[in-house]
Amino acid sequence: MADTATNGHAQSFVGTRTIRPDGVDKVTGRARFGADFNLPGQLIGRVLRSPHPHARIVSIDTSKAEALPGVKAVITRDDFADQPSEFIPAGEMMMNYKDVVRNVMAREKALYEGHAVAAVAATSTAIARRALKLIDVKYEVLPHVIDAVAAMQPGAPLLHDDLFTAGVEPKPDKPSNVAKRIEIKLGDLEAGFKAADLVIEREFKTAPVHQGYIEPHAALASVSEDGTTELWCTTQGHFIVRAHCARLLGLDMGKVRVTATEIGGGFGGKTVVYLEPLAIALSRKAKRPVKMVMSREEVFKASGPTSGATVRVKMGVKKDGKFVAAFAELKYQAGAFQGSPVQPGVFCAFAPYDIENVHVIGYDVVSNRPKVAAYRAPGAPISEYAVESVVDEIAKKLDIDPVDLRLQNAAHEGTKAAYGPKFGPIGLEETLNAIKKTEHWNAPLRKWQGRGVASGFWFNIGGETCASLTVNEDGTVSLVAGTPDIGGLRASLTAVAADELGVPYDKVRPIIGDTGSIGFNFLTGGSRSAFSGSMAIVEAAKQIKSELCARACKLWEAKPEQVEFSGGAVRPLGALAEKVKPMTIADFAKVAGKTGGPIGGVGRINAQGAGPSFGTHMVDLEVDPETGRATILRYTVAQDAGRALHPAYVEGQYQGGAVQGIGWALNEEYIYGEDGKLQNAGFLDYRMPVASDVPMIDTVLVEVANPKHPYGVRGVGETPIVPPLGAIANAMEQATGIRFTELPMSPPRVLKALKEKGLRKA
Amino acid sequence: MARVVLVGNLAQLTGGVAEFELSATSVKQLFEQLTELHPALGPHLDEGIAVAIDGQIYQDTLLEPIQPDSEVYLLPQIAGGGTSPSS
Repeated sequence: MADTATNGHAQSFVGTRTIRPDGVDKVTGRARFGADFNLPGQLIGRVLRSPHPHARIVSIDTSKAEALPGVKAVITRDDFADQPSEFIPAGEMMMNYKDVVRNVMAREKALYEGHAVAAVAATSTAIARRALKLIDVKYEVLPHVIDAVAAMQPGAPLLHDDLFTAGVEPKPDKPSNVAKRIEIKLGDLEAGFKAADLVIEREFKTAPVHQGYIEPHAALASVSEDGTTELWCTTQGHFIVRAHCARLLGLDMGKVRVTATEIGGGFGGKTVVYLEPLAIALSRKAKRPVKMVMSREEVFKASGPTSGATVRVKMGVKKDGKFVAAFAELKYQAGAFQGSPVQPGVFCAFAPYDIENVHVIGYDVVSNRPKVAAYRAPGAPISEYAVESVVDEIAKKLDIDPVDLRLQNAAHEGTKAAYGPKFGPIGLEETLNAIKKTEHWNAPLRKWQGRGVASGFWFNIGGETCASLTVNEDGTVSLVAGTPDIGGLRASLTAVAADELGVPYDKVRPIIGDTGSIGFNFLTGGSRSAFSGSMAIVEAAKQIKSELCARACKLWEAKPEQVEFSGGAVRPLGALAEKVKPMTIADFAKVAGKTGGPIGGVGRINAQGAGPSFGTHMVDLEVDPETGRATILRYTVAQDAGRALHPAYVEGQYQGGAVQGIGWALNEEYIYGEDGKLQNAGFLDYRMPVASDVPMIDTVLVEVANPKHPYGVRGVGETPIVPPLGAIANAMEQATGIRFTELPMSPPRVLKALKEKGLRKA
Repeated sequence: MARVVLVGNLAQLTGGVAEFELSATSVKQLFEQLTELHPALGPHLDEGIAVAIDGQIYQDTLLEPIQPDSEVYLLPQIAGGGTSPSS
């Protein structure tokens, strides 16, 4: 059998802007998101949440709530078996089930305002709300600590009396709020700083920010009398939800079927469970379906934002601009339970640069805030913001063009990353050169306007993936993927399937299968779904092509070398071509039953070879000296996609990351009062950018092929949120002459800085 | 013999030894040899470690081959990577 790489068909859909398979449903309102699912006889579930940031739970009396007519079930900590302390990689960060069970339902203590303490299922929302008021929780209020640096101090209120700092020698004999210390070293830092002509050291602070997905968490659970469990929820990984729920509730995984609904944004925040185990526990108790939907206030108070952090960066450089030494110390808030993204923050901090001597230390610190969850390139935007700010300052001090300075020090193929391995083919230099080639680069600026540049890095990952292709009776193809489609998975995989099988794009129909319909898939995250999914589709298509060739050989009484698959058909070769006509996939579909049965393939892989993606952003902004407000005037993203399977979706990822980064840099922050309570748990007070706040984000698709992927693909979803923080801070410096070392650079903070510098009358 | 380097905190489990010359021809053998030399490493290797072989990072794979002249780095799982919670 021969098989050609292009399959010989005239049209290739990979790399084109095909119609989105889910587009019609989205624009007509047919698409069903988490809260759109309902079942006959369903109950409404509501959660009672702690009003205290830190309190011991002395007792919970649910008797009055249970007696209220219409209440069908009440659950508390007593409905969840305790879990042993055991770390597992789940979602985008490591998790400990001892913590997970305490996060979904408080046990000994409530550890943040909004921490779930009990939940009810009732026949109406009104009754459920009334029932919550009837639950009597007796708290012993404890001192709280919100800030990570304050939580690290001796004598700070202690969240967990069994938390001992890991990664320090000798092992501590007293518990603390510092869960972990990590570090990486490369070369001789001291010698590097000695050799430096210029050393710059700065400390930066970033605020915790929420992913801001527009769709709140929602789950609908139905548990039958025999324990069979069905769950519909908005998630980035329904297989992970199944695993978590089975573990937390002692269920057989085979009896739990989870369907991922359409998702209104996740960005890492929907890689963990909140409502899902509660809905199942309530349904199991009530023996009726239970639907739960978070309010926006609950999303802010009880689901994970990303860390706020303090980052100290020190860099040494030669007069000619060569970086010779780099040090950073990162202190990341983990929220109430350990597991901040400080590890990737440490790894990513200096990853864009080829530096011989590097030392990075990171601390994972718990405090009385909701447990952080992943947020696009978890941990990387924070540390790389600090580094990119110092790089910009170096460029100014040495009077070197900021892009040229980055080019001079840019990581390239063969560069040894500070975290160990050498990079393969990467495209950082290409993104920097692409930025310089834009018209934007040379556009003039006026007073109070500034231009900033920054680069960014994310590893990208692969992982376990299963996807199937089935040839239907009429020759059309059904595609089933097992990772929720957040950023264009269906369109991307459909294009790959169409190209591989040589069939029209619109003859392939993709769906996201539930956990009962396809093999295990790790979640959508780490910029892996299109990378890994397309590899699985290539494998599935290979099986189909092989099977069709085998059937053709039997029908034509031919040898394998006398046939090939190309152009959507099995074609006879040589003399055989004079005897028989090619058979298309549709031809085989008609005789499938007579030639061996249904035709299909399943790609089951643990995808390896994810290529890192680098990006460079350039932004122009203008500061209003009267108000301190910064307006983004122009923004250009250049990023290496390896190969853009669907350019419009890739551009969308670039644009979305840039806009989220704009919010992170300029406005977004969790604001806590002295009482440890969140003061801005809503979109009116938590200011995310809206369409009118940003210009069109221009994009440049750089394509340095990933040699480990059949189409050269690299993940693209995470890197775009890494550079904006640094790029905007650098633009602010140019516009105002002030180096802002604390995010967000919100109008009050900017105005204060302008007044302090005498740029505006106090 | 492959050159093997432990990144980050892993060397705390080997008394500070961060570099090894090992004859392993696969990740599975590498883990076995390291565990034999330093039993404290064993549970961490089981929990999930990323292995960079000649610059390419592999996660959750025991069967990847290692060449005699390979340079291998052991580092914590990259975010997003990992085994299923069930495995």
